[in-house]
Amino acid sequence: MNKWTRRAFLSTGVIAGTGLVVGISIRPGNRAQGLQELMADEGETLVHAYVKIGADNVVTAIIPHSEMGQGIQTSLAQMLADELDADWDLVRAEEAPALDEYANYAVGKGFLMPGAEFPDIVVPSVDGALMKIADVLNVQITGGSGSIRFTGELGSRIAGAATKQLLVQAAAEEWQVPESEIETEKSHLIHRASSRNEPYAAFATAAATMTPSYTPELKQRDQFKIMGQQVQRFDIPAKVDGTAQFALDVRLPGMLYATITRSPVFGGSLVGVKDEAARAISGVIDVYELPPMESNDMVGAFASAESVAVLAEGYWPAIQGLKALEIEWDGGSNQSVSSDKIFAQFDADISAAQDRGTDSLVGDADDVFSSAANIISADYRVPYLAHSCMEPLNATAEVKDGRCEIWIGCQNPLGFRQAVADALGIDAENVTLHNQFMGGGFGRKATADYAIQTALVAERAGRPVQLIWSREEDIRQDFYRPAVQSRFRAALDNDGNPIAWENTYVDKHEPIEAPLIPYAIPAQNIGYVASPTHVPFGAWRSVDHSQHGFFTESFIDEVAVAAGKDPYAYRASLLSNHPRHLAVLKKAADEAQWDRPLTQGRGRGISLQESFGTLVAQVVEVTVIDGDMSVDRVVAVIDAGFAISPDGIIAQVESAIIYGLTAALHGEITIENGAVAQSNFHDYEAVRMDTAPKIETHIINSGHAIGGAGEPGTPGIAPALANAVFDATGVRVRNLPLNQFNLRFGAEEAGTAG
Amino acid sequence: MAVLIVNGTREEFDVDPSTPLLWVLREKLALTGTKFGCGISQCGACTVHVDGNPIRSCSTPFSAVEGKEVTTIEGLAPSSEELHPLQAAWIEHQVPQCGYCQSGQLMSAAALLASNPNPDDAAIDSAMRGNICRCGMYGRIRQAIKTSAAYYEVASTSELTDTAQEVSGE
Repeated sequence: MNKWTRRAFLSTGVIAGTGLVVGISIRPGNRAQGLQELMADEGETLVHAYVKIGADNVVTAIIPHSEMGQGIQTSLAQMLADELDADWDLVRAEEAPALDEYANYAVGKGFLMPGAEFPDIVVPSVDGALMKIADVLNVQITGGSGSIRFTGELGSRIAGAATKQLLVQAAAEEWQVPESEIETEKSHLIHRASSRNEPYAAFATAAATMTPSYTPELKQRDQFKIMGQQVQRFDIPAKVDGTAQFALDVRLPGMLYATITRSPVFGGSLVGVKDEAARAISGVIDVYELPPMESNDMVGAFASAESVAVLAEGYWPAIQGLKALEIEWDGGSNQSVSSDKIFAQFDADISAAQDRGTDSLVGDADDVFSSAANIISADYRVPYLAHSCMEPLNATAEVKDGRCEIWIGCQNPLGFRQAVADALGIDAENVTLHNQFMGGGFGRKATADYAIQTALVAERAGRPVQLIWSREEDIRQDFYRPAVQSRFRAALDNDGNPIAWENTYVDKHEPIEAPLIPYAIPAQNIGYVASPTHVPFGAWRSVDHSQHGFFTESFIDEVAVAAGKDPYAYRASLLSNHPRHLAVLKKAADEAQWDRPLTQGRGRGISLQESFGTLVAQVVEVTVIDGDMSVDRVVAVIDAGFAISPDGIIAQVESAIIYGLTAALHGEITIENGAVAQSNFHDYEAVRMDTAPKIETHIINSGHAIGGAGEPGTPGIAPALANAVFDATGVRVRNLPLNQFNLRFGAEEAGTAG
Repeated sequence: MAVLIVNGTREEFDVDPSTPLLWVLREKLALTGTKFGCGISQCGACTVHVDGNPIRSCSTPFSAVEGKEVTTIEGLAPSSEELHPLQAAWIEHQVPQCGYCQSGQLMSAAALLASNPNPDDAAIDSAMRGNICRCGMYGRIRQAIKTSAAYYEVASTSELTDTAQEVSGE
């Protein structure tokens, strides 16, 4: 089930270039008419399902994606407004409600795999490929770095262009002139011959009765006026004065508070609860035992154990109550599992290579290795990671009269609505979900466990309840970035050229191309074995690229060193068939002045990773003095095809690098006695102001298809950092996090597993 | 009845004195701009000023601040018509991503500038290292603080000039 979940969720990562299409459920007829009452306020007309025009000529772009920091409401509005020839000063954005009409999702490989169950409903799309109707799958997902490249390219732009067409059509009819004579500019319709110039608002009502095209003509890049321009994000002013509303900020009359805990050993069962001491605490109202829960939703499927909640007049008495509970859990056989045992299992499973699957088989690697004189090998490992979003998981719900209303920040409002409905045994139509700004998401908020818990607590309380997880619960009950071990061999010819590359790792997830390399190595055998554990896992920023990016870009560095070559020049020499990759790599090296000598104790490392349709190269500079390392500078180059929102992309790269750097330096969830050992930011640390490097980001607009932006900056920081540490010290870091190692120059090699 | 002066307004309410200030602000006074992040003074999301000093409200029992003057993010701007220079700089540099930590970041930065109008990098590191931003906007925060500091400098210089002119005018 988990595997399928990730496959479905992440399919957005694999479809670029395959001809498959991600879409919005644009259906025949103008859906706007049915939605008018629901979506439009006084004086507004819903001209298209994605476009409202007000009497004041304000255009509101309706955005079927969640805001978790990526600025998507602004970027998608730019795309829509540009095609609409709207006046940017009069453009606003509004998140789409959790209604079937606003489903979005990727029709990717995952959905089209043989044996997959999905309704056979398809409609012709803009380019003749297939679009599926998403709402039957309850998908309204924000993830896979897919909002701009899929929804934006195939939804928002089409909506903008189609709306413009309708307005022109309406004006042409009214004015009795040919459509071809009408120009559009800054939210106005202009007919020069008759000196007519009217705002869009004048024709909104007429346009709303017409059927929008699914194949309007879109602008070429040289015609863009708003896309590619620097604009201020809509959501930022409210985020500097405390008025931005996150789920935690919801206040309802008569609202109570609750907090909760699950079996520390994943999958454990509840034996009993002694709650006298908790109930004696002033402000504690009740203690609830909640059943195990699961969701089979295609995105974010999960199963989790029973939980115990304390209902109180405030969070403080609730958490005091929770601490006062004496809960007996039975961890079962998982109680004896530790991180050491898990890695020993990975090691044994890789060695056994039973039922090894393959990602890539090129040439005959076995044959090359059997006769090669120069073979290098290494094992790499990375640990489990929590997401640790700044906003701990929480939601607020009210359940009464067979209906549920829930306020939450989540990455899949429609999926969450269905999960809550299923848990309450009511129809999804009876659940209203109000999605809020998320205080971070990073993949965690695609799993609906906290929504279901909130709904069940509110149902029992019979009053509105805000359920808040403690930070400790947030760290210990995550759906973790999986721990992975990866075993490499490479063979070199007498000139140091790589002639074979072999890689076997544990557990295949998504995106499926994550372990692949762009380098021209004539024999490649990349594959995987299954090695399941009891630790629940989920999508984590950049998903499998977060592990494989570190592995492959560190090992190619080792190969370069073994060949006696410069790591940048070596990579470049293997990219002659990938000019786009080469250009990105070269720009990073140039901007970082790769050839400039560094003083003793300093080092420089490079990486290149393609993910989510985007290329990122990074050069990291470090200083290591007496074993103490500082990360001084990161130069990043991103080619996402075209930067819709340049500063937005730069911000995403900065963010992705710090997120990946936190993981590379500090990130480690360890399993002891079947449970997570860490609990809060003191033992699950984050990069802070004083350790954050200077980041310089450069954009290449190569003109290729638009790629993702939220995740592609993450995979390359760990390998570039580890390669820089090697350059500075000669210590090759093969296990993360890096802070566990002695980095003194010439120290024993770090993390030589197996 | 417990008393607190919050953003210049005297508030009275019933509360268990062991309750951390954070939950008093959020639940009793519905001042939700101050955020809960960790509960153990590790992340800084709950930072507010008490008598002008930055404190972590998640770990400060109400009993320790009773009767004192508290400033929250809602009271940072000088008036409802204008922004604090830091808030303006935060917008100029497009600092926030998810935005959840930013109230705490701004309150820490405001306390820094109040005591050190022209902080160098080391002073910024020291004052801001208690505030985690999981979106990693540290570079932008640093730049925005410096922009504000420059503004402060200009403001204080012009104040001085004004004063000097007044003096000479006499």
